[in-house]
Parts: sequence; C-alpha cells; structure tokens
Amino acid sequence: MAPRIDTPGAAAQAVDQIQQLRTRISRLQESTPPSMPLETHPALAGLVQLRAGAAYSVDSATLALALLAGPSRSGGWCAAVGVADFGAEAAAALGVDLGRTVLVPDPGDQWLEVTAALVDVAAVVLVRTTGRVAPQAAEKLAARLRKRGAALVAWGEWPRCEVRLTTREPSWRGVGQGDGHLSSRRLVVEAHRGSAPPRRGALWLPGEDQTYRPERAVPVAAPVEGVA
Amino acid sequence: MVVWCPDWPVVAALADEGLPSHLPAAVFHANLVQSGNAAARSFGVRRGMRRRDAQSRCPELKVYRATPERDSRTFETVLAAVEEQHPGVAPLRPGLAALRSPRRVRGGETAAAALLAERLVELGVWDPRLGVADELFTAEQAARQASSQDCRVIAPGESVPFLRELPVESIDDAADGGDAVSLLRRLGLRTLGELADLPAAAVRDRFGPRVAWVHRVVGGAGAVPLSTRTPPPELARHVDFEPPLDNAETITFSARQTADRVVAGLAAQQLVCTEVRIDAYVEGSDDVVSSRHWLHPRWFTAADLVDRLHWQLQGGFKAGEVRAPVSRVLFTPVTVVPDAVHADGLWGGTDERVQRGIARVQGMLGHEAVVQPVLQGGRAPRERQALVPWGEKPTGLRPAAHPWPGSIPPPAPSRVLATPWPAEVVGTGGRPVSVDARGAVLGEPARFRPEPGDWMPVAAWAGPWPVEELWWEPGGRRVARFQVVGVDGRAWLMTWESPGTWWTEAAYD
Repeated sequence: MAPRIDTPGAAAQAVDQIQQLRTRISRLQESTPPSMPLETHPALAGLVQLRAGAAYSVDSATLALALLAGPSRSGGWCAAVGVADFGAEAAAALGVDLGRTVLVPDPGDQWLEVTAALVDVAAVVLVRTTGRVAPQAAEKLAARLRKRGAALVAWGEWPRCEVRLTTREPSWRGVGQGDGHLSSRRLVVEAHRGSAPPRRGALWLPGEDQTYRPERAVPVAAPVEGVA
Repeated sequence: MVVWCPDWPVVAALADEGLPSHLPAAVFHANLVQSGNAAARSFGVRRGMRRRDAQSRCPELKVYRATPERDSRTFETVLAAVEEQHPGVAPLRPGLAALRSPRRVRGGETAAAALLAERLVELGVWDPRLGVADELFTAEQAARQASSQDCRVIAPGESVPFLRELPVESIDDAADGGDAVSLLRRLGLRTLGELADLPAAAVRDRFGPRVAWVHRVVGGAGAVPLSTRTPPPELARHVDFEPPLDNAETITFSARQTADRVVAGLAAQQLVCTEVRIDAYVEGSDDVVSSRHWLHPRWFTAADLVDRLHWQLQGGFKAGEVRAPVSRVLFTPVTVVPDAVHADGLWGGTDERVQRGIARVQGMLGHEAVVQPVLQGGRAPRERQALVPWGEKPTGLRPAAHPWPGSIPPPAPSRVLATPWPAEVVGTGGRPVSVDARGAVLGEPARFRPEPGDWMPVAAWAGPWPVEELWWEPGGRRVARFQVVGVDGRAWLMTWESPGTWWTEAAYD
C-alpha cells in the first residue's frame, strides 16, 4: 500500500528517500557484481564455472579455446592476444563463433594495453604472455575486468587467478604404428582453486563422435559457490 | 538541337596524346580507315582505305587504333560542358549529342548555339557544328550541313522539303547503312525524296529497319522522343592543403571535414559506400603518389574514412612511397549501395562499442595487427584458415565445400603455427625418415623433435598424407604429412618436404 502524501513534511521525506535509493542504484550499476556467472562449455561443467571479473589460467590450447567457447556461444565477443597459432578450425568445432572473434597475434610490448582495450569489448579475452606477469599489471587488469564484467583466460602462468586448469595423462585413440589417424583423446583436467585440493575430471576432447564432453555425465546439481 | 563534332575518334585520339588537331591522323579498325580528319582527307585518305594505301598517300599520317572507350571518355567533357549551359543532354554516340532546342534563350536558337560553340572551342574542340530542327534525324543532317563552329536552323515545318533534297548517302552513318546506300544508288534513287515516294512496306522489307525509319522521317513521321540523361551525381570529394603537409596526423586531422562531406553527400542520395579509393597527390605533380582501395564489411562512416586515410599515409610515409608533402587528398566512393541494404535491425548487428574498442587497438598497433579468423578450403591446417585484417572484407577465399584430397581428417589441431618450425624425425639407428616418390614411408619413426629441445620417443604415428603442391609450376613442392604422438601423450602434425626436411606444422595440444 502506497503511503499517502498529504503534508509538506512527508513529501520532503519521500523525495529524500527516493534520492537515497537512486544513489544506491547508481552505485550498484557502476560495476557488475564480480560473481556474475558466464556461460561455460558443457564439457567443463562441474570443474569450472566462468565468472565475470575473474582470471583463469590454463596450460593447453584446447582448454583455452573451450573456455572461449562458452561466452561466445551465448553471443559474446571473444578476443585472443598474443596467440599467433590460433587454430580457427578447432575453435569453430568447440563452438567459438569466429564472426565474433578478434585476434591480435603480435601485440609486442603493448600486450597489457591491448588486453585492457579488448576487455572493454569482449566477454572473454585469451592472453598468452611471454615471461612473468607483474602482479601490479594483473591487479590493474582485474579491476578493469570487474568493471566490464569480462573474464580473462591466461594461457600460461597468471598471478592470483581464480582457477588454474591443468591437463594430465593425455591419451590419443585411433592412431597406431603408421595406420589410422587421430580420432579421440581422453585427458584428465585438474582445477586448482587456491589451496583447496584440486577437482578432477576425465574429459573427451574430442570424443569418437567429435564432440567435446566429460567422460561420465556430471551430476546435474553441481554445487554453486556462495557469493564472495 | 544536335551538337556534332566531326571525326570524333581522331579528335579524341589526338587530344589524348596532347597533339594539335591540324596534323593528319586517322583511326583504323581491322586495317581499314574508320575515320580521318580534314588534314588527312586533304591528302586523299578516305574512309575504308587500307592502311598501306593511306600511308602511301600521306607518309606522316598518325595512325591510331579504334578504341570506343577513349572516344566516350573524351566526349564526356563535351557532354559536361553542354550540360552546364543546357540541362538534359542525350548522348547519341561519341561525337554526337542531342538536346532540347533552347528556344527561350534570349536571341533565339542561333544565339544559344553560338554560345555553346564558343564554350566548346574554349574546351579545345575546334570544329563543333550544330543543327536545329523539329526532330532528331533532320537536326543531325542540319548539323552536317552547317559550317564549322556554326549552326544551321531548319524552321518548324521545313523539315520535309529539306530532307527530300538530301542525297541518299546521308543514311550512311550507321554501321548497317553501307549496303543499303549502295543498293539504293544502284536502283537509281539519288535523293531521300525519291526514297520517300516508295511504298513504306516495300522499303521495310527490302532495306531493313534503319532505312525504313528514315523513310518515315522523310515522309514527315517517325520523330523519336529524346531520352535525356541525368547528370551523374558527384560523390568524390577532395581537400587541398596550402601549404602542403608532410605529417600523416596533420593531414588526417585536416581531412576530417572532407570525410564528413563525402558521407553526407552519399547520405543525401540515400547511399552508403562499401568500397572507397583514397588518392594522395604531392605538390607540383599531377601523379597520384599513394592510391589504395579500401573495403568495409559494413559501410564507411566519416571516422572510418579518416582512419583509412591515416593508415594509408602512415604506411606511405614509412615505406618511402610518399616523399614530398601532400597537397591534395581525394576520396572516391567506388562501390555504393542504397543504405536500406545495410540498415541495422532493431537489435543486433555489430555493436558500435565493439567497433570503437577494436579501432582503438588498431590505432595502437596499426591496421593489420587486429585480425579475424575465417575458415576456407585447403589441405594443410594453415591453408584452411585465413586471417583477415579487421574491417576488411575477406577476398579470394578457397571454397571449403570442395573435397580437398590429401587433407587431414578431423579433429582439427588446436594450435596452427603461423610459420612452421624446423623439426627432425628419425628412425631406429638415427636414420632420418623420408618418403619415396610413390608416397611410401622409408624407415619407421622412432624418435622426433617437434619443438626446439629434447628428443621424444614416438609412441604412435599415422600417415603419410602425401600432397604434390603446384607440380605444374616451378616452385611446386612435394610434401607428406604425419600425425605423431610422443610418449608424453602430446600429438603433433609433422610435415616431410622433398628432398628431406621436416617441419612442425601444428599441434594437437
């Protein structure tokens, strides 16, 4: 029931309250909440959930492309900085929309500026760095990521990343001694989150039918982490 | 009113070379004189004469090949000059144009014709002849009867008596007229009047449509309506710098307003431009120093034009292509389409924000540093994708639907090296593995080194996929591709190239 405003005092109070609410709304709108989930490739369900404003580190090109594929499938733009050996066909097979993909294969010394500029436009940015990344640079980029609601995938080491994905025990099927051809690959992906014990999952990247999926169907009710 | 410039192909050829028009010259087609100028005629050079005969009569005769494009192109300046004075010009053919009679000009048709002739002489066309009559054929004949730089006016209603007196050779101006004229002469018909006295059906059946039309005209009918042309809209814009500028940034900044005008000019015609040519001129020279075609996946906005100019000049100055200060920049829209074709849907389309953000990166690193991957057909993984600079349309892509024998079955490698790495693959005992002329593998791969570093024992391998590339050309090569899996489980695409080099082309990482 709406309060009736019939005295000048009550009216002034109401205006005041509206002002307060407006400032709160605008403060909230300033930055997207850092924990807003982004769409993630179904093969990685249960292992990692992409979140806006976070950085992820991977050690394999296929995993990097799979992380790009999620937001790209849901209509976001993706960008890759410093990836001169981008496998476009493999990316397309994983579900990356190449029409909404931009590459900067050779950013030179300006990789940080370029990445920051691309964070403004893309939902997820893949960056491959040569050498160690200074924590200050990562911190600056993290602020930008939170503001823009984008995710960063680092191919290689990245200071203070939310989840670090590593691959183990890759094994290819379909290839013999001079016969057959590479057809499917099983590998174990480990997701390291802080100092917690890693989560493991065996994946087909790709499977016999050229789809990318977990070895066993994951339970639907994957636990959703609390808001940080 | 008809404007006739006699011997136009010769006039055009001489004007193209910058030679004076009093030199004897002739234009030849199939070794026969197609047209000659007055000077050539005075030596006895006639139409239809062989080149050897023509040159024997006049050894200093200038010989040109017939090029209709040159004739039309040069005649365009005449049309523009006529259009300046009287809108609504119908070009009949190079050298001949018609316009509605300017009766209402003060001083009448004669005065208007004199003004027009004066303007054409100023342009360097020395011999314009004008004719005014009720309809087109008569006006053309009147122009042919007029003396140089003059006008012959056939009063209204006087056409028929005028035409009846003309010889039948008057028909002989089109390519199909020749036989008919000769036939008419042999039949004893000397003037158009005698032709007009024949029954219409008989003329049409025997002499073809053109003579039949002339027959109707001489009989007082058959006037054709004039279809005038609309002057082409001027879409190109240029900007001059005084004094000339030698800095890409300053030039770009000064060209901003011109770019705005180009886009506004197009918008006024409800057009957008998808391909543009940007030319830069330097001081004291008419030659273009830097010219480049730019394509846009959507259409050029003013900011896009400015960006392209910036990139072009920056590259031009860096490459030493532009050495002197630039005095003029010209934007010429090459392909324009109605803007409705490219209109954005209510939702969707490329986001403005994305365009701007990527343009910023291009500003930092240069235009070709930001690319978009595109899939295409091919055998090697590297050939199956193309990297197109952002903002350009992909061109020359190979069709992906073709079968491409020799290509590697999926899955596609996740890393495709931009330049292959030198590698090594050896068999047991350290002998390099190779492939013979029939595509059979010599030696069993035992160890390999796909990337600089340590050797890796081979766990499994597949192949070869032999391909002979461009064997019909020098520079062709014979390669065979292998998939090799190391004991660490990582798979690579290795390529053997004749006569015995190994490369790492891609990785299944």
